[in-house]
Amino acid sequence: MDFRLTDEQQMLAEMVGQMLAENCSGADLRRLLESGESRDAARWEQIVGLGLPGTMAPETAGGSGLGAVEMALIATACGYAALPEPLVEHAGVAIPLLVAAGADLGEALSGATIAVGHPINPFVVDADSATALLLADADALHLLPRDAVSLTRQASIDPFRRLFRVHWRPSAETRIGAGLWDKALDHGVLFAAAQLLGLAQRAVDLSVAYASERQQFGKPIGSFQAIKHHLATAQVKVEFARPVLLAAAASASPVRISHAKIAATAAAEAATHAAVQVHGAMGYSWEVDVHFLLKRSLALGQAWGTPGFHRARVAEHVLSAPLGADRTFGLGAIEEIRSEAA
Amino acid sequence: MDLNYTPAEQAFRAEVRQWLAAHVPSEPLADFDSTREGFEAHREWERTLHRGGWGMVTWPIEYGGRGLDLIRWLIFEEEYYRAGAPLRVNQNGIFLLGPTLIEYGTPEQKARFLPAMASGDEIWAQAWSEPGAGSDLAGVRATAVRDGDDYVLSGHKIWSSRAVHADWAFGLFREPGSERHKGLSLVFFPLDAPGVTVRPIARLDGKPVFAELFLDAVRVPVSNRLGEEGQGWSVCMSTAGFERGLMLRSPARFQVAAAKLVALYRGRADGVEPEVRARVLQAWMDADAYALSIYATASRLMAGGAIGPETSTNKIFWSELDLDLHRTALAILGAEAELTGAAPDAAADIGDWLDGYVFSLAGPIYAGANEIQRNIIAERMLGMPR
Repeated sequence: MDFRLTDEQQMLAEMVGQMLAENCSGADLRRLLESGESRDAARWEQIVGLGLPGTMAPETAGGSGLGAVEMALIATACGYAALPEPLVEHAGVAIPLLVAAGADLGEALSGATIAVGHPINPFVVDADSATALLLADADALHLLPRDAVSLTRQASIDPFRRLFRVHWRPSAETRIGAGLWDKALDHGVLFAAAQLLGLAQRAVDLSVAYASERQQFGKPIGSFQAIKHHLATAQVKVEFARPVLLAAAASASPVRISHAKIAATAAAEAATHAAVQVHGAMGYSWEVDVHFLLKRSLALGQAWGTPGFHRARVAEHVLSAPLGADRTFGLGAIEEIRSEAA
Repeated sequence: MDLNYTPAEQAFRAEVRQWLAAHVPSEPLADFDSTREGFEAHREWERTLHRGGWGMVTWPIEYGGRGLDLIRWLIFEEEYYRAGAPLRVNQNGIFLLGPTLIEYGTPEQKARFLPAMASGDEIWAQAWSEPGAGSDLAGVRATAVRDGDDYVLSGHKIWSSRAVHADWAFGLFREPGSERHKGLSLVFFPLDAPGVTVRPIARLDGKPVFAELFLDAVRVPVSNRLGEEGQGWSVCMSTAGFERGLMLRSPARFQVAAAKLVALYRGRADGVEPEVRARVLQAWMDADAYALSIYATASRLMAGGAIGPETSTNKIFWSELDLDLHRTALAILGAEAELTGAAPDAAADIGDWLDGYVFSLAGPIYAGANEIQRNIIAERMLGMPR
C-alpha cells in the first residue's frame, strides 16, 4: 500500500501544467474566441508534439502506454487551464475505445481528433473539427468519417464547448465493435471529474490572487475573514475530492468513479460560486476569467452523467453491498464482496 | 501508487481481527464520562489491550508499543472499530501527548510516562483551554514560576476532557509577565497533587464530560516540562497537528458510523424523503473520502513527508462529516429522534444515535474551532493576507 504519485507521474503533471500555463492564459482564450477558430493551431501542435494524444495508446501503436492515473493528471491540468481543445475526450475516451475495438489509430496520435457520441451524452462535443466520430447504435460501436454525418450546432453557455446533434445512419461497414460503451463511460466520467477538480483549484487560485490585490476599506479584501472562509471552504472540498479521484483512476471502480464525479462537481460548483462572490461585480463580468471556469463547471457537472445518475450508481453499491471500515480498497470487486458476505 | 495491501499487511489484519474477536467485551462497557465505574472498566480494557500488545501499535516497542507504520495503524483502527471495541479512554494520552512525547521528550521522560500511558495505568487529560483562551490558545494566563528544581503552577483551566477521573494532565503555562506565544512551557501535573481542585462541568446533556481545574501553587518538578522552557508553543502546535490532522479521528470511526447509518436507512427506508437518501449516500461517500485522504497522508508521512495544512482541512472535514452523519440519522428516526436510550419505547440503537449527535455537535468547536481552521487554511495554505 502506497498512496502516492510516483516521481514520473508528478513530473508529467508539472510538465503539462507548465506548458498550459504558458500557452493557455485568459488572454489566449480570448484571442481564440475572437479568431472564430475551433482550436489554437500552435497550442495544439505543442500538445501533439508532447505526445499527449497517445497517453493511453499502447507503445506498440506509437503511444505512451500510460494508464488512467496519468491521464487523470493531464485532464486535471487541462481543467485548470480551461483548455478549449478536445484533448481529454480524444486521448482519454476515443483512443482507448479504438484500441479496445482493435481499430487502427490512423492519424489520431499525430493531430487528427476523434469525437465521441456516447449514449449518455445527448450532444457530441467538437464534432466539427474531428476527422471521425465514434457513435453508438444500441450496444454497437461505429466509426464514421466526419463527412459521412451531418451536424446541427447547439449553442452552449460555454463558448468553448462546440456541441452538435449528429445525424447518421449505422451500417455493417461502419461497425467496429460492441460492448465497449460501459468502459468508455467510466473513462469519460473519470476525466470529466479530473477536469472539474482542476478548474475548481483554478477558481480558488484566481480568487486568492484577486483578493490579495483588491482593496476595500483600506485593506486587501483577502484579509477579511468572510472572504477567507469562502475560499477555505472551497479548498476543503478540493482536498477531499482529489484522493477520491486518484483512487478512482487507480482502481477503475465504477462506484468510486461516480463518487469522484460527484465530489469534483461539488468542489467545482463551490469554488466557482465562491470565485464569483469574491470577485464581486467583476466576477459577474466578462472582463475576468472566472466565467470561463463557471461555465465549464456547469457543462462538465452535467455531462457524462448528472449528479443524480452518479448517486444512483453509488446507491446501488451502498444500499446492497456489505460495507465497513475494512473495505476501503475492496470496492472494485463488488461481486466478490457480495459472495463473501453470502 | 499501489492501492493493494501487501500480503504482510493482510496477515496483520487477520492477526488483529482474530485477537479482537477473542477479547472485545461482548457487552458494551458503561460510558467512561458518566461514572467512575465506567471509567475504571475502560481502564481495564486498556490494560487488556496492552497485555495483548495492542495498546499503541505505532509506538516503539520499548515504550509499550509495537513499532508499526501508519498504514498498519489504519488497518488496526479499521479492525478495532469493525469489532465494536470500546472507545479509548486514554485517547488524550496516546493520540495527543504520546506522539509529542516521542518527538520532544527526554529519554527519562519517555521511559517514565509512555509505558504507563500505553498500559492504561495512567490516564491523561488535557489542560489547554482557559476561560479567556480557547481557540486563541496563545492567550493562556496560567503561570509556571520556577523555584529551584520545581515549577509552581497557578491558574484556571477549563474544558478538560476526561479530567474528572483521569490521573494526569498536560497544559500550557507561561512565565509570569510573558506575552502571547513567548514564554510558554508545556508541563505535566498529577490531578491529585496538592493545590489541584477538579470541578466537573456537565455537557449540555448533563454528563460530566469535562472539568475545570483550579491550580493553587501546585508544585511539580522541572523534569515534568516537555521541550525547552519557553518553547511550549511549538511543542504544543505539534500536538495540535496530530490532534486535528491524523490520530484524533481515525477514518474507521466514520466508516463504521456511515455503515450503521446505511443500515438504519435500509431498515426504515419506507417513508423517508428522497432528500434524506441523498444525505445518507453523501455521508457514506464523505467517510470514504476521508479514509482515502488519510491513507494518502499516511503514505506521504511514511515516505518522510511532514504533516502540513491538512491538519486544518482534515479537522473541518471530519467534524462536519460527523455532524452531518448524525443529523441524517435523526432525520431518518423522525419523531423518535428525541427519545433517549432510557425511553421505554426507544429501539435498541436510538440512544446511540442521539449520544453520537450530541458528541458531534462539539466537533466543530474543540481542537481549534472550525472558523480558526478556515483562517489557517486561507493564510497558510492559500497565502491570503492577514
